[in-house]
Amino acid sequence: MKNWLILAAGTAVLALLPLLGDNYLMRLATIATMYVVLAQSWNFIGGLAGYPSFATAGFFGLGAYTSAVLMSMGSPLYLSWAAAGVAAVLFSALVGGAILHLRGHYFAIASLVTVEVLREIVNTTPDLTGGGMGLNLPIMRMSVAEHATFFFYAMLALAVACMACAILVHKSKLGFGLRCIQQNEDAANILGVNAYLYKTAGFAFSAVFAGIAGAIYASWVHYIEPPDVFDILLSVKPLVMVLLGGLGTIFGPAIGAFVLLAFEEVVWRNFLTLHAAALGIIIVALVLFLPNGLLSVTRERFGVRRKKRPGEARP
Amino acid sequence: MIYFQVLANGLILGGLYACIAVGFSLVWGVLNVINILHGSFVVFGSYIAYFAYAYWGIHPFASIFIAGVVLYGIGYAIQAGLVNRVIAAPVLITLTLTFGLDLIFNNAMLLAFSGDYRQVNLANPLPSLRLGPVFLPGDRVAAMVLAFLLTALLWRTLRDSSVGRAIVAVRMDREAAALMGVDVSRINAITFGIGALMAGAAGALLSIIYPISPINSGAFLGKAFIVCVIGGLGSVPGAIVGGVALGLVESLSAFWFGPEHALTISFLLLLLLLFVRPGGILGKKGYE
Amino acid sequence: MSALLSLDNVSRAFGGLRAVDGVSFDVAPGEVLGLIGPNGAGKTTLINVITGVHPATDGRVVFEGRDITRMKSHQIAKLGLSRTFQIVQPFPKMTVLENVAAGALFGGQAANMAEASSAAMEQLRFTGLAQVADNPALSLTLAQRKRLEFAKGLAMKPRILMLDEVNAGLNSTEVDEALAMIRKVAERGVTIILIEHLLKVVLSVSHRIVVLHHGALIAEGAPQAVLRDPAVVEAYLGAKYAARYGGTA
Repeated sequence: MKNWLILAAGTAVLALLPLLGDNYLMRLATIATMYVVLAQSWNFIGGLAGYPSFATAGFFGLGAYTSAVLMSMGSPLYLSWAAAGVAAVLFSALVGGAILHLRGHYFAIASLVTVEVLREIVNTTPDLTGGGMGLNLPIMRMSVAEHATFFFYAMLALAVACMACAILVHKSKLGFGLRCIQQNEDAANILGVNAYLYKTAGFAFSAVFAGIAGAIYASWVHYIEPPDVFDILLSVKPLVMVLLGGLGTIFGPAIGAFVLLAFEEVVWRNFLTLHAAALGIIIVALVLFLPNGLLSVTRERFGVRRKKRPGEARP
Repeated sequence: MIYFQVLANGLILGGLYACIAVGFSLVWGVLNVINILHGSFVVFGSYIAYFAYAYWGIHPFASIFIAGVVLYGIGYAIQAGLVNRVIAAPVLITLTLTFGLDLIFNNAMLLAFSGDYRQVNLANPLPSLRLGPVFLPGDRVAAMVLAFLLTALLWRTLRDSSVGRAIVAVRMDREAAALMGVDVSRINAITFGIGALMAGAAGALLSIIYPISPINSGAFLGKAFIVCVIGGLGSVPGAIVGGVALGLVESLSAFWFGPEHALTISFLLLLLLLFVRPGGILGKKGYE
Repeated sequence: MSALLSLDNVSRAFGGLRAVDGVSFDVAPGEVLGLIGPNGAGKTTLINVITGVHPATDGRVVFEGRDITRMKSHQIAKLGLSRTFQIVQPFPKMTVLENVAAGALFGGQAANMAEASSAAMEQLRFTGLAQVADNPALSLTLAQRKRLEFAKGLAMKPRILMLDEVNAGLNSTEVDEALAMIRKVAERGVTIILIEHLLKVVLSVSHRIVVLHHGALIAEGAPQAVLRDPAVVEAYLGAKYAARYGGTA
């Protein structure tokens, strides 16, 4: 119950943002909510199930291109976005069948490779996707302010849907099963958890929202090219955000997303050429000093001690 | 007939790939750490060779030793100082750590050297050979030979020196090795250093073949992955088999489908292998 | 009375090594079957084969008339076969209650988390762990962890419960307590396969005994008879002792 209240409150606050009339701020907020979606998506497979997936960029890019290509053939906006989600889920089922039986490093690499393969496929099919030249999307007839507001709300709606899904999954049998898998997959199997099915479901959840996010992104920026939407950082940053916020928690990914982006904004404005190194330093510091993320720090600091009901995740 | 040329190209590539990958494979097999820095180490080795040639006229082949020593120091320091703190942590953590370190290292190289492509242009290149229908560029063949020699030297060291035996022991069974008196932390650092050394040496060799830029680090890393999956982890023969196999596959696919698809095909091969036989062609049960 | 579980010439090879070699025996409903044999005899591997962890390379496993040889572990669990691990494997980040609830929810097919929790509490009370229900699983002593494994297995509402060395590492009092629990579970009608080293345990609680050696079944029958079987004595103690002590009824 508490989780729904937090989500509602957060959404209400963010929904008021366009009233400030600051387009730059809205642009930042759109990116922030997009990363909330990506981080939360990754959390399904990486945080809950414990499978370190690097496929997020693949789902994102696939969603972007699916939607863009459909729209260039005349398909309407929302339908194209929905199709992007479907494409991402189908792709996750296909790839999942091949790689979900791998563990640890092998799974990580395999998931990374799927991104590379997708990118190369797009690069080498210029007739369909524009290849390396990129793809333009139809411009929408709106004022600059309307445009910014529309896409902010679109991304926000997606983020809310994704967070709602996260809350539901965390409390469900699926969430409990995924946590069992993460802690001891062999024991989980012996207990009766259909690990393969559950992992596939987790992977599908990690795909659908990322795919739609890619579609929304593509419409928002009007022009996409492979290195842009299949960027490895789109796989790594969400991961870092979840590590930052707290692996396998409900709100950790969102917190991590906002914190990391705030930091990036500061660095971007002041130390452009050190951007990658700055991210690297955060990552290294995070891994060495804060392995359980920010939420664990606050819990220790403020002595939050709540009797957990069985099967519940930490909030 | 043309296939002989394809074969020759494949072997030349293969030797180089084996050398690039063997250090990576060793680190993965012994420490169970995927070192994302590896590609950047290779590039740095190339830069060392480039500057040594540009400023002091030292031939890149001689720079193998310089690059090797410098990178050994860097690798050892990074492992002992940073990576070792999380050595027992799950894959996610170690992978993310080396990724973060690579971001820093790569960015530093970009700042120091800029992203412009550089190339070592030898004033006195080795003459090219012509063996029947096959054209063999002299320097590349020499690089391949040196690559194989280096790899063989590593293999010898692993087999014969006491440090080498300790490394192999840790690779087989970390806990048992510790119980036998092996200082596992020290071996981890040495192995990581050796991995970096081999990367740097490979980079020096590659400086006369590939253009040098920090942007290339990902490509080298990718090759190293594929070689490991083909050949198995932590074994030198595995790296050689994997390297040669990859070289041949790339050469053939460049010939059949054109060089622009070579990358996709290599990756599809990787996916196929991961699906069918994650332990590699030599069948060693890979670490998780 | 038809067998509940039936093994028909079951083998499991790892490369060239036949860890389980042509083993055949039946398990009758409601019986307590002791599975003994020297170290490395293949007892745990056999349990792994039955529960689908390592599928058999040869032969058939039939449960309640159904061929389960090629089934996946989780399906076998839902059918009513549960097992404990020799080296205890709790879910490290969960509480004791959550660990057992997992068994109730997935294997025991409880309808929801609430039902799973109450089923779990029941098993915790039975195994004497009720007072540590909310403690992290990792904080338990070895004896308590063994009981946790036991409770998890019971929560799955098994028809057959396979206990793999539940008594390893326990002191004499703890062993007696464990024995009492095993007897009570058997009285409820749960069929039990008990892998054991401690002969006193095996003798006091089993209806029948099956002996493995080098992966093959070398003896089967009533406990006292089996323990005097020369082949069994030789397997454990060597040919000299078999010649000296074997064969006396």
